[in-house]
Amino acid sequence: MNPLLPPLVPGLLLGLGGMALLLVGVLSKRDKASTSTYGAILLLALAAAFSFAAPDAVLFGGLLKTSLFTRYADSMVYLGAAAALLLSLDYNRREAMARFEFPVLVLFAVLGMIVMVSAADLMSLYVGFELQSLALYILAASARDSLRSTEAGLKYFVLGSLASGLLIYGISLVYGFSGTTNFVSLAAILANGAGYGIVIGIVFVLVGLAFKVSAAPFHMWTPDVYEGSPTPVTALFGTAPKIATMALLLAVMLGPFGHLLAQWRMIIEILSILSMALGALAAIGQKNIKRLLAYSSIGHMGYALMGLAAGTLAGVQATLVYLAIYLVMSFGAFACVVAMRRKGQAVETIADLAGLSTENPGFAFALAIFMWAMAGIPPLSGFFGKLYVFSAAINAGLNTLAVVGVVTSIIGAFYYLRVIKVMYFDAGTPGFDKTASGVRFVMFAGALVTCLFVLIPGPLIAAADAAAKALIG
Amino acid sequence: MIPNLLFDVFSFILLGSAAMVVTSRNPVHAVLFLILAFINAAALFLLAGAEFLAMILVIVYVGAVAVLFLFVVMMLDVNFAALREGFQRYAPIGALVALILFVELALFVTGSTIAPGAAAARLFPTPDTITNSQALGSLIYTNYLVLFQLSGVILLVAMIGAIVLTHRDRKRAKRQNLDVQHARVPAETLTMVSAKLGAGAPMPKPNKETL
Repeated sequence: MNPLLPPLVPGLLLGLGGMALLLVGVLSKRDKASTSTYGAILLLALAAAFSFAAPDAVLFGGLLKTSLFTRYADSMVYLGAAAALLLSLDYNRREAMARFEFPVLVLFAVLGMIVMVSAADLMSLYVGFELQSLALYILAASARDSLRSTEAGLKYFVLGSLASGLLIYGISLVYGFSGTTNFVSLAAILANGAGYGIVIGIVFVLVGLAFKVSAAPFHMWTPDVYEGSPTPVTALFGTAPKIATMALLLAVMLGPFGHLLAQWRMIIEILSILSMALGALAAIGQKNIKRLLAYSSIGHMGYALMGLAAGTLAGVQATLVYLAIYLVMSFGAFACVVAMRRKGQAVETIADLAGLSTENPGFAFALAIFMWAMAGIPPLSGFFGKLYVFSAAINAGLNTLAVVGVVTSIIGAFYYLRVIKVMYFDAGTPGFDKTASGVRFVMFAGALVTCLFVLIPGPLIAAADAAAKALIG
Repeated sequence: MIPNLLFDVFSFILLGSAAMVVTSRNPVHAVLFLILAFINAAALFLLAGAEFLAMILVIVYVGAVAVLFLFVVMMLDVNFAALREGFQRYAPIGALVALILFVELALFVTGSTIAPGAAAARLFPTPDTITNSQALGSLIYTNYLVLFQLSGVILLVAMIGAIVLTHRDRKRAKRQNLDVQHARVPAETLTMVSAKLGAGAPMPKPNKETL
């Protein structure tokens, strides 16, 4: 067999499998949506299995490159997308928006993300970026009879296109001034320093990507899009694309642009500080739990960027660990939001949770675990994520960043703990509908991993270490 | 001699039709002059040896964009008189744009470069021996095949998106359903109402028919 085939199998599975599901959906007669969703989850699992089995490779003359780093990021993307699909299964049916195209679009978005993650050329980076963005715009508007969802889709589309424009402009500047888009040749050229044109290009690339990870001050779209999109789609936005773009940021900033660390580090530091501060302060006044989680994700991206600002092996490892922990907390929390339904209607305000602890102690405890973990309270996993990025920042001499991080996580703890206070100490009768088993499974699995991470942290730390070494070893 | 003459002819028509696009009073005429300008520009590209760009210009701009303009002009009720107003107000900005374009053109003509090393680092320098359609084709279908395919997937996603966001199954279409028709019994469709003489009878509500 051709040795270049195995690394391609996950991508082929996702692309061709997505098209096959599309055909099945068009041609078959009954209950197409759930068949399609289960098929998509199966394809994601298969793709993950094949990607673990594949060796490292440089594909298509240096357009794509797979390594331990890309496999680590890919598996997080697969996990996030599969969790979002599980959540969508029941939600879409109850909201009467179950369509077989939904999982197909998720698959194509995931295909875009794995191309992005394994890009070794600015062109493949852009094509992957565009593929995932376009699929996500459509998913944001997929509840097409809801005004808010349509608004979210349109807003995301307009602002996302602006980000794409900035990104491609930056890429064109970098190409124009260096003459190449290949990461290896770029690194070789930039090793001797870079002119102002390339630096301006890098800044534009950085802004385009910061937009996608919703790092402040490029976060404006996040709360509205998170609030308006159907909740499973919000769960997807909060996990897979964030992780893929963050992995891409690591790969591109420390790969081809790694020699210019001194020139772009300041920008990452500012992005990180602003995101952490905004995530902590702006979430305080929120009444809608999806908006709260949106601001919380902005804050989390700030912490994850800290590892990139460090620019060291330990920094990359810390960011990778943080992302994995964030992924689990995030889809767990969104599973809880999906489960918030009263009399067939989704409810989204924090006040609706009042009295949940007496009525549904398991649900309340799971949400409490996610809130504690996001606040970074030991011994839950969120604490260790923060610990790793802070120590990486301090070891790289970025003390200001670490101090700001500690202060903002203390401020942020206020609003996470307020959710717990509402559930446990406020009087009320939520009267939530029975939760579907898929949603309960995601909630339970997320809570279990978040709780037990402290007992067996070894495998994740080792995997992140190996992945970081594969990136900048 | 002949290429020079052709260049003069095409560029003269190009400039003339470009001027007509801006000045003609009838918007349909303006669009038609725009098409003429595009075709002459394509001919200029051909003279310069860029036959791929010439083809793309004709296919994309004349074939799609100009026709789209024509549709917009003819289908939508745009008040062109109102659009024309305020020439004096916008003239300074227009002059500024023209000046910037002129400076850029001058930089290009004088042959100034800002990144001298970049041309040398190019992966695929412009080939001398084959036409540029051939050169582009061999690059796209060999070195960059995967990007070409992925661009196709992007277009597929766009198509799925257009269908997902707009297509609705029409349940209201009136089709004959023989099974349901045959299964109908008189009790469902007929109601006996006793009417008083000279007073009429209240109209019973008909059952909703599901045919």
